[in-house]
Amino acid sequence: MLAIEVSGLSKTFGSRKALDDVHLALEAGEMVALIGASGSGKSTLLRHLSGFVRGDADGGEVHVMGELVQRNGAIAADVRRVRAQIGFVFQQFNLVDRLTLLTNVLTGLLHRVPTHRSLLKLFTREERALGLKALAEVGIDDYAFQRASTLSGGQQQRAAIARALVQGAKVVLADEPIASLDPESSRKVMDMLARVNRDHGCAVLVSLHQVDIALQYCKRVVAMRDGRVVFDGPATELSPAFLQSLYGGEAFADAVTPASVLPLQPSAAIRAAA
Amino acid sequence: MSNTPATAMRAPGVDPLPRRSLHSLLVWGLLLAALAASWNGADMRPLALFADAGNMAVYAREFFPPDFTHWRTHVAEMIVTLQIALWGSALAVLCAIPCGLLCAANITPAWIHQPVRRVMDAARAINEMVFAMLFIVAVGLGPFAGVLALWVHTTGVLAKLFSEAVEAIDPSPVEGIRATGANALEEIVYGVIPQVMPLWVSYSLYRFESNIRSASVVGMVGAGGIGVILYEVIRSFQYAETCAVMLIIIVFVTLLDLVSSQIRKALL
Ligand SMILES: Nc1ncnc2c1ncn2[C@@H]1O[C@H](COP(=O)(O)OP(=O)(O)OP(=O)(O)O)[C@@H](O)[C@H]1O
Ligand SMILES: [Mg+2]
Repeated sequence: MLAIEVSGLSKTFGSRKALDDVHLALEAGEMVALIGASGSGKSTLLRHLSGFVRGDADGGEVHVMGELVQRNGAIAADVRRVRAQIGFVFQQFNLVDRLTLLTNVLTGLLHRVPTHRSLLKLFTREERALGLKALAEVGIDDYAFQRASTLSGGQQQRAAIARALVQGAKVVLADEPIASLDPESSRKVMDMLARVNRDHGCAVLVSLHQVDIALQYCKRVVAMRDGRVVFDGPATELSPAFLQSLYGGEAFADAVTPASVLPLQPSAAIRAAA
Repeated sequence: MSNTPATAMRAPGVDPLPRRSLHSLLVWGLLLAALAASWNGADMRPLALFADAGNMAVYAREFFPPDFTHWRTHVAEMIVTLQIALWGSALAVLCAIPCGLLCAANITPAWIHQPVRRVMDAARAINEMVFAMLFIVAVGLGPFAGVLALWVHTTGVLAKLFSEAVEAIDPSPVEGIRATGANALEEIVYGVIPQVMPLWVSYSLYRFESNIRSASVVGMVGAGGIGVILYEVIRSFQYAETCAVMLIIIVFVTLLDLVSSQIRKALL
């Protein structure tokens, strides 16, 4: 069974095609990087995969773990059951600031906990233990009872990964998970995603701006330009010339030669330092 | 950047200043015209203040010294007033939570939030005194009518404030919750409520403060508490006692305002 299957997916915002006949298949247990210049449609594609956005009326279909997410612009009625199998890691972490790290992680269980209990935030001892174990796995169980807002970006992102673990996700979608992090935190978060892929057998689709990191962590790379998949294959087959053209005139173009390390965007570095 | 073209495009010789002062002149002119037009309607007779100055002085003198003979009854009724305010506010907060969420355009579709908003507008538009008089007919004289009056009016006020807080939340944590396969209620409990909680608590306390003031007024139409006493002593020309009652109200309201605003500050 394919972990992710996208066929003929299109999405038009106004007159602009954000996704244009996208086909994509991920086997269970694969780790794939999604690259492309800003505005190429990476986030839009990932958001279609978990059914946050609906495609065009004749815009193809999306299956995750063999279950329908959307078809021809209609979201599946039981999309929540499918989402429960997808761990989503966002660029801005999307944790709830005023809840503790543990509660944030336990929200990964909401799809399993009966609603009368979840609405009262009553989690059993076993469920808490599960949350703490996931936090320990990503190395931040010491902060379990602190509010999410009191933690660094890297720690928050690792909590988001812990949430996906608690969820029992079979697929992890990560939308630029390290774009707001400093190099050291970035490395930890990428290592964690690789571990989730290796130890838990999750299929991971991660969009990245840093091509060198994509090459370092993922055997397979999918590249997008103007909403179309323009490359899908082994990372080793990406030529510097292709990458150059992929990023066009952007500042990234000169940084994709294999040896170079991509500098973090200054704003992200400042945010991480603050 | 965006300023430069605008500056460059401004035609030479056209000074923006006269236009602005013309505008404010118009506003002031309208305000003065409205005041002048309302002079007769409001029965403005400033001279009466001077002509009757002697009477006023006698009248004012009758308030002093305040007569605290019945202070026990007054304090007891003041406590009833606080109890009215407390129950009225608590019930209103309870109702304002679902109503406020239903009024929020980012939570509910228009066919839900538009009608609920209109109902809340009505609850807010009508003063507590009016509700109190209506409820006295329904449930009889006494504090319960006051509680009902405060409840309905305050629900209307808080629902609006609560929904505005909900509309101003950051949607991304909610999306984070949604991504786990949570249902809509769970999205609200985990994603929305934690974000709005400090504001909601602050609004609720603020309304409790003003409900203490309102509760002493609804008493004047017979809805229980210190207002009933105030009405009686004024009507029977017992000005020294009126003064004592007013002082008791001032002390209680001020103290509770202070306490409540300390709590609000601590929460924000
Ligand atoms: N809600 C929306 N409404 C209108 N246009 C949108 C919306 N979301 C995305 N787009 C457009 O779709 C295109 C793809 O955007 P998307 O965010 O998917 O790009 P991206 O590859 O994730 O870029 P980045 O690297 O900057 O995150 C862009 O042109 C964007 O302006
Ligand atoms: Mg993006």
